[in-house]
Amino acid sequence: MYNWNWPVLWSLTSDGATSYLGTLFLGLKWTLVVGLTAWVFALVLGAVVGVARTFQGGWLARAADAYVEVLRSIPLIVQMFLWFYVAPDLLPGAMAAAVKAWDKYNVLAAIICLALFTSARVAEQVRAGIQSIPSGQSFAARALGMETAQLYRHVLLPVGLRKILPALTNEFLNIIKNTSVAFTIAVVELMAATRSMQETTFQIFEAFTAATLIYLAVNLLVVRLMNGIERKLEVPGLSIRQAS
Amino acid sequence: MAIEFDIDLIVRVMPQLAKGFWFTLQLTAISALGGVILGTLMALGRLSGNAMLSRAIGAYVNTLRSIPLLLVIFWFFFLVPYIAAWMTGAKQPVEINALTSCVITFILFEACYFCEIMRAGMQSIPPGQLHAGKALGMGYWTVMGFIIVPQAFRNMLPVLLSQTIVLFQDVSLVSVLSIKDFFGSADFVAKRDGRPHEMYITVALVYLVSCFALSRAARRLQQRIAIVR
Repeated sequence: MYNWNWPVLWSLTSDGATSYLGTLFLGLKWTLVVGLTAWVFALVLGAVVGVARTFQGGWLARAADAYVEVLRSIPLIVQMFLWFYVAPDLLPGAMAAAVKAWDKYNVLAAIICLALFTSARVAEQVRAGIQSIPSGQSFAARALGMETAQLYRHVLLPVGLRKILPALTNEFLNIIKNTSVAFTIAVVELMAATRSMQETTFQIFEAFTAATLIYLAVNLLVVRLMNGIERKLEVPGLSIRQAS
Repeated sequence: MAIEFDIDLIVRVMPQLAKGFWFTLQLTAISALGGVILGTLMALGRLSGNAMLSRAIGAYVNTLRSIPLLLVIFWFFFLVPYIAAWMTGAKQPVEINALTSCVITFILFEACYFCEIMRAGMQSIPPGQLHAGKALGMGYWTVMGFIIVPQAFRNMLPVLLSQTIVLFQDVSLVSVLSIKDFFGSADFVAKRDGRPHEMYITVALVYLVSCFALSRAARRLQQRIAIVR
């Protein structure tokens, strides 16, 4: 009752430029462009906010807490729409018009949105990683005469960041998956490419199967990459990876 | 600064938004309940020692966890009618209403996450308890059902609740199927009346307040459980 037609993946699209599989890979390219760019910003921003959250008391820690709380309490699709439809109007008149007229603003909005959304989650991990370090190490660093900046630079961050690498792998996988939400603001990433292939060819399950396999392959690559990084950064004798 | 905010509009469409919010709450509750039950059964299957069953469930869980929820939503939206036709022997794909499709999708999707949570919970119970139960003549399912699962459930309650809050937010993605959940109904008004500012900001604020309240409630529950121990 469902007419399978796998060769559709190799057949050319109506404009004849590439095959349907080719359009999926074009979508994957945008998934990776948006995902990876957002990931870099999310890591930097998340590390800064996460560190700020470990300063006991004070307005900085409270502001960082609020930042994380707000970004974790609003669904991604709502944040995506806020960045795309509402944020440009916060700019002065002429700039707002220019931004709205720019045909790639949706890509920028998706990157900003995913970067901030993920940075809150990274910040949560960074805070947890730093706070899991026994306080004796901080005291020892202080006793050696280290300033706060030195304490973070030489003691807390090197250990804390290594501890949270597995959690960061997870966030990395999440940001790639979350890039699919950008399809709601017309970014032609993998999800959008899959949908458009499904709508033009009516070969629903071929399109979805191909997309699923591509996502699985990307996942596998990311896991491999992060495992490699983890192994590379491992400090001999300081067993952070549980023997398994 | 060109943000206009028409409070009157919000008041006017309040009934629609309330209806959407109710839909979101229902879908969250049903999926969480169904997901926990199915997830627990799947975790039991994974730990049962039956290699075939364990591997099949593992493959299912890992696949669904590696692809975006949006893709899962589309998969099931198109697949469920065919499965229903196959099960009932109908010639044509069976028409399934959107709510049923969403409920099935979210139960099957969330079960994967709840499965992993429950599995971790069960594995954290000392194996001595399993052996003791077996020594008393209980079978695998009896020991699991009466001794391990209840404890795992209580230990994992905080994680289960935070996953439910994630689910509450994820439900907003069903709006891509033009379903009027809370976000979907606001999005509908935003596009119909051309008022994105009011609608999206309102949705964001309501989610912010509800999630904040929910996570506070979860934390309080966690403290109460901690005292019981």
